Amino acid sequence: MVRVSGQPYPLLRRPLSIHDRDGDSLEIFFARTGLGTGILAEKRKGETLDILGPMGKGFTLPKAVKGKAFWLAGGGRGIAPLYFLAQELQAKGGRPRIFYGGRSEPDLPLLRRLASRKWEIFISTDDGSAGFPGLVTVLLEKELARSVRPAVIFACGPDPMLKRVGEIAAEHEIPARLSLESIMGCGIGACWGCVRRIRRDGAPDWVKICEEGPVFSGNEIIWDGGKTPSPSSPPARGGEKMGPTR
Amino acid sequence: MRTAARESERKRRGLKDEGRVRGGRLPDLAVDLGFLKLRNPVIAASGTFGYGLEFKPFVDLEKLGGIIVKGLYFNPRPGNPPPRLAESPSGLINSIGLQGIGVRAFCEKVLPRLEGLQTPILVNVCGETDEEYAAVIDFLNTAQRIAAYELNISCPNVRKGGQCPALSPDHTFSLVKLAKETSRRPLIVKLSPNVTDIASVARAAEEAGADALSLINTLLAMAVDVETRRPRLANIFGGLSGPAIKPIALRMVYQTASSVKIPVIGMGGIMTGRDALEFLIIGARAVEVGTANFVNPGAAVEIVGGIQAYCREKGISRVADIIGTLTTG
Repeated sequence: MVRVSGQPYPLLRRPLSIHDRDGDSLEIFFARTGLGTGILAEKRKGETLDILGPMGKGFTLPKAVKGKAFWLAGGGRGIAPLYFLAQELQAKGGRPRIFYGGRSEPDLPLLRRLASRKWEIFISTDDGSAGFPGLVTVLLEKELARSVRPAVIFACGPDPMLKRVGEIAAEHEIPARLSLESIMGCGIGACWGCVRRIRRDGAPDWVKICEEGPVFSGNEIIWDGGKTPSPSSPPARGGEKMGPTR
Repeated sequence: MRTAARESERKRRGLKDEGRVRGGRLPDLAVDLGFLKLRNPVIAASGTFGYGLEFKPFVDLEKLGGIIVKGLYFNPRPGNPPPRLAESPSGLINSIGLQGIGVRAFCEKVLPRLEGLQTPILVNVCGETDEEYAAVIDFLNTAQRIAAYELNISCPNVRKGGQCPALSPDHTFSLVKLAKETSRRPLIVKLSPNVTDIASVARAAEEAGADALSLINTLLAMAVDVETRRPRLANIFGGLSGPAIKPIALRMVYQTASSVKIPVIGMGGIMTGRDALEFLIIGARAVEVGTANFVNPGAAVEIVGGIQAYCREKGISRVADIIGTLTTG
């Protein structure tokens, strides 16, 4: 949770995922989508940033990683935490394959950075300006039909994409770990603002994703269990994915 | 009583005699609500501090004057669908819908984990009906470690078409009377600012036997997404809190403190020690810190530090001496 300013407006911290780690330094990657991220984008080298974290339960590495294939699907800025996850998987001997989708090529700012890694990268754009023309989930499904199935599919992105990834994974009986988004107030489980509909051993409940998520198994998430922002609605203010990898 | 409280507080801090601040002694931050002595006037507000446990990793709970845990209905409560939050300039609008674990889980799972804590634990009491408020209090009466109840009279009442008791002096009176009769502990009544005449509701609560009043709860508010032309909260309306509401809170706390004899606890947008001091100066005996806890889990403790620094700077040996010292005219 990043406090972008010591002033009362904007008031709340912004939930941002860890994008990379290098020794003592952390990297965050975010889209400039509103007032908060706008202020954050103006920060200069040497400035101090007030950060609480890592919070919640992010992506976790499976017990057996070595030699196994893992697919990581990122929609838009949802790619941010997957970069870190891919590195961790690779460091443990796993074989990450990245699916990176956006509306058009400018929505895929991490292309070059991803290409510098030795991962298999699959690109899609809605308008066909780069890679596969169409949704990243369609690309993922196509590849699934002709590849060795991965041990786990990890995904971070907008709700409709995550919902479809969950469905595809379920059809192929592959575990899915999906990082959800919500408007967050505090990040420490105190405000109860960031709930999503989750089923965990029993009845569905409104679960605080800052504390118990934001990453959940595909089969835990109830997509039509309550009003969630419609696909056409803009992202949460500050609207970055929160998906700290651990 | 007040002197005894200070004496024990000094003993706790290892201070022997009346401290002169300029001599480098720490100012005495203790305040007395009559029924409860607090080591300092800063209380974590209900609904912003979880059940206390959430803040353990971030802050020394023993440095707080008190903790009011999240409002409890009798049974677990699902709360409202999301989106539940909308940020506004210097403020936050929420419609959580008082999601909570209910009294049984609170007593069995939370209270034991707060064992050993010296800081007073207060419980915010909710109800969909007057009978439910009484049932919650009745259940909690048997639990240990609760210093007082804060009656949340801003809960939508199912028998009154969803109108909350706080909006009517008559309903406030009858509910507080029932709660007071049921309660084995002191009762603080938390008032809503969404009324035309706060003094009349405050007096109704006092006449019904309230031991103290706390205010203000959030201001009824809404926000609209102009892209989708939809409300930004699924519930359409929510409660506004944060620095944006502090001037209104000050006005209403002042009006209330001027109309009743029982202690008043002030809250609304307190972010710093100086914000808290404003409330003390206008007559609040203590303050509650709410939304600031979301922004900074250490906010309440930093506010205690801010009050202390002010007292030292001004040569004030007891923070209690500041209470109600507003000069007008």
